[in-house]
Amino acid sequence: MTGNDLLATLSNTPIARQLGVPTVPALRRHRPGDPLLAGPVLVASAGTGRFATPVAAFVEEHGQPAVSEPAEETLHGVVVDLSGATTLADLAAAQQILTPAVRRLGPSGRLLLIGAEPAEAVASAGAEAAAVAQGLDGLVRSIGKELRAGATANLLVAAEATPPAALDSSLRFFLSARSAYVDGQVVHVGTPVGTPQEPAEVDDPRAEERPLAGRTAVVTGAARGIGAAVADTLARDGATIVAVDVPAAGEGLAATANRTGGTALQLDITADDAPERLLRHLAERHGGVDLVVHNAGITRDKLLANMTEDRWNAVLAVNLGAQLRINEALLAAGSPLHDAGRIVCVSSQSGIAGNRGQTNYAASKAGVIGMVRALAPRFAGRGATINAVAPGFIETEMTQTMPLGTREAGRRVNSLRQGGLPVDVAETIGWLGRAESGGLNGQVVRVCGQSMLGA
Amino acid sequence: MPASPRRAAVIGGNRIPFARANRAYANATDLDMLTTTLDGLVARFGLAGERLGEVVAGAVLKHSRDFNLTREAVLGSRLAPATAAYDVQQACGTGLQATIAVANKIALGQIESGVAGGVDSASDAPIALNDDLRRVLVKLNAARSTTERLALVGQLRPGQIVPEIPRNAEPRTGLSMGEHAARTALEWGIGRTEQDELAARSHRNLAAAYDRGFFDDLLTPYLGLTRDDNLRPDSSADKLATLKPVFGKGPDATMTAGNSTPLTDGAALVLLGSDEWAAEHRLPVLAHVVDAETAAVDYVHGGGARGADHRHSTDGLLTAGVFAVPRLLERHGLSLQDFDLYEIHEAFASVVQVQRRAWEDARFCRERLGRDGALGAIDDGRLNVAGSSLAAGHPFAATGGRIVATLATLLRERADSEKTDQRGLISICAAGGQGVVAILETKA
Repeated sequence: MTGNDLLATLSNTPIARQLGVPTVPALRRHRPGDPLLAGPVLVASAGTGRFATPVAAFVEEHGQPAVSEPAEETLHGVVVDLSGATTLADLAAAQQILTPAVRRLGPSGRLLLIGAEPAEAVASAGAEAAAVAQGLDGLVRSIGKELRAGATANLLVAAEATPPAALDSSLRFFLSARSAYVDGQVVHVGTPVGTPQEPAEVDDPRAEERPLAGRTAVVTGAARGIGAAVADTLARDGATIVAVDVPAAGEGLAATANRTGGTALQLDITADDAPERLLRHLAERHGGVDLVVHNAGITRDKLLANMTEDRWNAVLAVNLGAQLRINEALLAAGSPLHDAGRIVCVSSQSGIAGNRGQTNYAASKAGVIGMVRALAPRFAGRGATINAVAPGFIETEMTQTMPLGTREAGRRVNSLRQGGLPVDVAETIGWLGRAESGGLNGQVVRVCGQSMLGA
Repeated sequence: MPASPRRAAVIGGNRIPFARANRAYANATDLDMLTTTLDGLVARFGLAGERLGEVVAGAVLKHSRDFNLTREAVLGSRLAPATAAYDVQQACGTGLQATIAVANKIALGQIESGVAGGVDSASDAPIALNDDLRRVLVKLNAARSTTERLALVGQLRPGQIVPEIPRNAEPRTGLSMGEHAARTALEWGIGRTEQDELAARSHRNLAAAYDRGFFDDLLTPYLGLTRDDNLRPDSSADKLATLKPVFGKGPDATMTAGNSTPLTDGAALVLLGSDEWAAEHRLPVLAHVVDAETAAVDYVHGGGARGADHRHSTDGLLTAGVFAVPRLLERHGLSLQDFDLYEIHEAFASVVQVQRRAWEDARFCRERLGRDGALGAIDDGRLNVAGSSLAAGHPFAATGGRIVATLATLLRERADSEKTDQRGLISICAAGGQGVVAILETKA
């Protein structure tokens, strides 16, 4: 499904192909029961990295061969460990690996680089190492723009102390169809915080399909749109859903709760007593919470010259103020946030690139990024993490009502040449929400198909 | 009383905003509204796929096809289809009577959980065929020969197309409920001002309850409505005083559209369970159903409640609560003032005032209720403190569920803030000269 994307439909007809209309690739998305990997994965390293062996083992565990040379068959993925690449010679070796590999990468293929932290590289191996580590940033972003047919390229930056196992949840995400619309992203993976609980049903063949089993997830703004998709996706992955939205949205909220087998909490998150009511509800009704998704958001667009105080304040109160207050409550002593708790805040491309008519919205969404970075060490102190996702052009009811020109431009100015779906944001949140994702903290992950805006 | 069994817990409730007839819910059926309300309750308490002990509800204005209304609502909801259901109907007492039915089964250990309440649509009222036409059609259906059929067709008359429209009137008196209430009000000398003041207070209290988020956990919006559309937050006794009376005649008429409830559409349900069931499901106990009583009065024969010969007196149609409450008090050794909150259904403002006046009347209490003296007064500040039917509207069978969930929530709030046990009294009048009353209690 790509919403009402006429070009996507037309471009996949034989006539359009003959006419040379630019194609809009159909992205592979995760369906329960699908294998994580759809084909062989090339695993290689340049320099003295320590991740190639565990990554190859990961690939084999998931039923596909980990190959070291591209052969005749189409590759599902390419993982190149460059965490030990410290010289330009190492970088040149990487080019020699990548050039034949990208030619074999199949539709919705996955290219993943693993690099070192530039700041650590300079300390241990000098400026050249730091330059090489930073060079991967430009490399991966360019690969993302060159890949076709829904393939993506992303970079995991691992610290010296990061144990290989800390990368597992990110490999699951970036190598699978769950990351369909995440492209050109650089994500830092550190030492995991919190003790990930062993999944209760670790021997259960469904465990792979239900990574959030046993976890309670709160989703604000869950009545419709992206929030409803987040609730659906987290429930599909096994989470118990507490769906929150304003009382006036109660009808849609009840539908979300019942569809996911969860519960509905009608709550205006900007009310003075909202954090207290929410946390009490979580403690009393669910015995605590594992995952908090701050998704609720509103727009009150107006050019700054015509901006009114109430439009400004309403947006900042919902999109940022409420998150700040609820997060403080979650950090307070006696909070119901469990060990290995995960907070995921929904930011926006507007907060990164800015958007005409959205000074209030962009300020709030950029503010979310600032908040996430500021709170990351504090959440780490209690075994929890906080991260943000920043959706780009996502096909929702809201975008369907945009003027055609704006909508078309929004859809096309990214490497995948289409808008994303709410489920793409939801999958990203699900990855950050896993107990095993403790190595990800203070990160901002764009779900934008590598949008040109703000990049 | 025999040794008491366990008490059923009121866990929570859900209703849709009430809508004046032929407005927001003009195209919604009883089944639509009841199913939606049930789904909202399921969502609030996370009961999707759950088999409950029983769902009991009803409607006063009911299509014949809805003979199994509640069961159909269950099948259309997210509850497990294995949840049993049945319909009850006791006019405006339906919702409370359903609550009592479920609470009693829980108290006896026959079920562990249940949902009770009701629904009514005055917009989607069942209009029936004219009786004459219906008889001909029934015979036509049974006819075996063409001759027989032709003879029957010959009996059809143009006048027979006039349908039977349900009327808000008592079959035995032909009087509307409002006319009955107007007579009772006159008899008890209930003035216009006190009725208007009660109505204005109902609007004020309901508006304040909405404003403080009281209904966030009690209501789910429906068809674009987020509050009861009869509510007028700026209502005042002065404004209400300008309305013309619609019931009663002449200078003594006091009952207006402002101090009477309008025809309304809506649905309300209450979730009940044993304490154990609530704890297993990590659900709160708002209050317990202590006991209930239903009374009926003779409003047909005789000459008036205060007539000389009380053995053959006629009581007001909507005054059965006057008799039910003292019986319940007697059974529990309570006085009328032993309650923290009172919910007296505002079918008409005068109905509330008549009950209070009767309990304040020493002679009436001695002669008709067999008491030593007056039961005494009820403090305005403890009565219908979150508004009642005059402001919210009154979809007949839905009112009981609204009141039980409202009172239970109020009692829990007070118990939490004041750290003392709380007790509340409900009185709901019903057509046919009946009244249903109940006691709820909350432990601090």
